[in-house]
Amino acid sequence: MKPKCEKILSELSDYLDQGIDPALRAEIEDHLTKCKDCRVVVDTTQKTIDIFCNSEPAPLPDDARHRLYDALQKKIRSCRA
Amino acid sequence: MAAPACCLSGFMQKWGMGTPKMNPETPRPLPATPLPSKVVKDDESALVAAAKAGDVSAFETLVGRYERKIFRLTQNITQNREDAEDAMQEAFLKAYEHLDNFEGNSRFYTWLVRIAVNQALMKLRKRRPNQISLDEDIETDGDSMPREVEDWGPSPEQRYQQTEMSEILSGVIGELDPSFRVVFQLRDIEELSTEDTAEALGLSVPAVKSRLLRARLKLRQKLNRYFRQGEAS
Repeated sequence: MKPKCEKILSELSDYLDQGIDPALRAEIEDHLTKCKDCRVVVDTTQKTIDIFCNSEPAPLPDDARHRLYDALQKKIRSCRA
Repeated sequence: MAAPACCLSGFMQKWGMGTPKMNPETPRPLPATPLPSKVVKDDESALVAAAKAGDVSAFETLVGRYERKIFRLTQNITQNREDAEDAMQEAFLKAYEHLDNFEGNSRFYTWLVRIAVNQALMKLRKRRPNQISLDEDIETDGDSMPREVEDWGPSPEQRYQQTEMSEILSGVIGELDPSFRVVFQLRDIEELSTEDTAEALGLSVPAVKSRLLRARLKLRQKLNRYFRQGEAS
């Protein structure tokens, strides 16, 4: 990995989070037009975030839900007593 | 090895009184609630206000809304089914018990996430004492910098069924060091801000940013084996 690429990657999170100043953003985007490897890393890192962010949580198992609501009812009763 | 992180103790002094235990009794149907909620179901702040005023069903609506996400959070952090369930349950019970302390300066869900994270971290530390310290420095060893660069194609996640995807994501996040996965969980799954994540974990903003970058790159690398172009599903 070239030094320029490493510099770009060190700013990757802020770049993806829209948290960098416009001059640095322009510098990164200029590099991305020239460097396929960095383009792929940026793209696949964004996809990584999107996949996790958009993933649906699995349903809570029935036995765990029963125990949760049972404990909650007890807590409610004890708080009211 | 450093002592367990101090951020937890401060938080728990504020929120964590008592330690509700999981109920081993046979599950039974919930009794009718004395104050049926009239609150519109998609209005979180109104539900919280109603719950604070004594509307139990409003609080149960909040629990029902977030139980899956909170369980995923505690499962991702603890990597242990029993601990995850305990932490989830304790988080909801503490949230109910301390609802009057919630001042509405953040979303209720953000407040709940912070409680759940701390419950999950306590479980993790109990199971692995002297191994989990979020606030110690982690040296940058460069191991998260990409070595292999392979494209994934446009919609790699569509190669897998939802159940398969859940297992893949749970598996790869479980391979991360806890100090990375908890930061990733809060920032990129729960979508807390960098500042809120730092505050919740007792870390500096630069530390959160550094760990987030490494977590993202490591997860990208781990997902390579499932998503690279030409990979059979």
